[in-house]
Amino acid sequence: MKRKKNLNRMTSQLPICNTLEISSVPTEIEKICNEIISRLGAAHFSKDDIFAVHLALEEGLINAVKHGNQMNPDKKVKVGYTINTDKIEISIEDEGRGFKPNDVPDPRLGENLYKYDGRGLLLIQSFMDEVEFNQRGNCLNMIRFKDQSGHLADKDSKVQRQKTENI
Amino acid sequence: MTPVQPNINVQYGEHITVITFKQQKILDQTEIQALRDSIFSVIEQAGPINMILNFSNVQFLSSSVLGLLIRINKRICEAGGRLALCGITPKIFEIFKITRLTNIFDIYENVEMATRDLTPT
Repeated sequence: MKRKKNLNRMTSQLPICNTLEISSVPTEIEKICNEIISRLGAAHFSKDDIFAVHLALEEGLINAVKHGNQMNPDKKVKVGYTINTDKIEISIEDEGRGFKPNDVPDPRLGENLYKYDGRGLLLIQSFMDEVEFNQRGNCLNMIRFKDQSGHLADKDSKVQRQKTENI
Repeated sequence: MTPVQPNINVQYGEHITVITFKQQKILDQTEIQALRDSIFSVIEQAGPINMILNFSNVQFLSSSVLGLLIRINKRICEAGGRLALCGITPKIFEIFKITRLTNIFDIYENVEMATRDLTPT
């Protein structure tokens, strides 16, 4: 009975919103990931959801720090998130000039398969349900819907669909 | 700045070297660089080497680790050896599938199965 009361209390505290800012130093990324993952756990997102969001966060933040802000510690990365009962929405904005996502080479094709980097965007698009960039290309917005079924099959289907769309 | 000690165990066998990652999460760029230096050092000392990278403790990694694995594979192949990966969780294996790196790497369930395949007959 106490557990059910606790669950109801946690769910009633949703949505949770926060905006954070970090310097463009890779070691700052962990703080943001830990906060968001912890809140996803408290909101009873599945382990699969948490893994997926964690991965997309890491990749998105590394891209913002390394490519967007060129590892300039004076430049900031702004992260906003909202956790609802059914989804998490995340935005990651850097101070860079932006880029065109469609210009990023597919890392699965030809010689790209042997390159040492260039896979972050593919992983973000594969593990998050909705991904879009602003027009300038310096702000990533992504959504992961909470796994309601508890089965991996739906996610595998989604990954297969996305792989087909990306080709 | 204090050098980062890489979190690996290295077991030298007669024909095969097994490197086990000790950390649950491999994310930090400095840590990845330390892993690279350490593993390359093992490769340089050995000449042609058959190596197994054991991920049985690893629950999470970033795409930077994939780049590291490609570098390691390239170096080992250039020296005439073979690389195998093992102990990869289903979630991490999904990363390899999505990126099609299952086409490059030989991935086994555990050290024993990898050893069986890498041991010269």
